[in-house]
Amino acid sequence: MSRRLEEALSSTWLVVAIVGAGTIVCKAVGPVLLGGRTLPPQPAGIVEMLAPALLAALVVTQAVGADRKLVFDERLLGIAAAIVAIRLRAPLLVVVVAAAGVTALARLL
Amino acid sequence: MGTLASVVMSATTFAGSAQFAAASVLSAAGSVGAAATAAILLNARYVPIGISVASVLRGGPLRRLLEGQLVVDESWAFSRRRDGTFDRGVLIGAGLVLYTCWVTGTAAGALGGEALGDPESLGLDAAFAALFLALLVLQIHSRRAVVAALVGGTIAFALVPFTAPGVPIIAATAGCLVGWRKR
Repeated sequence: MSRRLEEALSSTWLVVAIVGAGTIVCKAVGPVLLGGRTLPPQPAGIVEMLAPALLAALVVTQAVGADRKLVFDERLLGIAAAIVAIRLRAPLLVVVVAAAGVTALARLL
Repeated sequence: MGTLASVVMSATTFAGSAQFAAASVLSAAGSVGAAATAAILLNARYVPIGISVASVLRGGPLRRLLEGQLVVDESWAFSRRRDGTFDRGVLIGAGLVLYTCWVTGTAAGALGGEALGDPESLGLDAAFAALFLALLVLQIHSRRAVVAALVGGTIAFALVPFTAPGVPIIAATAGCLVGWRKR
């Protein structure tokens, strides 16, 4: 691949393009192709569980992950604050700001 | 990520969790393949969601395709009636409002974000973890979903020290196999 082409297809734009196309296809499959029909229960049950499995993995990697190691740092205090906010049924924005605020404060001290 | 890339992504990939997932893998120096795979797998749930609302969308293939893009977790949940059918007006209306706010909000955030400074000193890494956690709680409707989340989280935890960034997230999709239902 030429250098210029490599630059044009920087990794960010590649991800934007691939994920954009993939998402449009995922959302369009049902409405365009299947009309009112439904998926058989087995594949539907598996696809339904993709989001919880993936989101849990994202929580873990974002909370204790670093480059090929586990790091337990101030982020955990932020997560604790987020758990409290979620339990209090706070809006999403409050949950996120609480986590950031507590973590930032702990790093300052 | 760059302002333009962020806004283009919000306009085409109208699904926050997948966008954050891709950004999270990329910022951890994960590969393009890992970032895109994680994000698209996360959005695979829109296949059954799209099928569930297909009967209230109208028009030819192109119009149905465009209307289908307006479906996100929130507009889907708002428009769902107790009997399991969907309110077309709420689905399309909420989708349009959310889409407009999402794209303009992304532009504002991308333009204003540079002024904020070091993301770590602001605790933004923890903020992303909290965001994923809050999104996860929204997806937990059954005991099965709890098990899928525990399996996925455990796999990711075990693999982080041994694999390239992004790989633990993709491997964690094995947790979805708990969705297998016996006939």
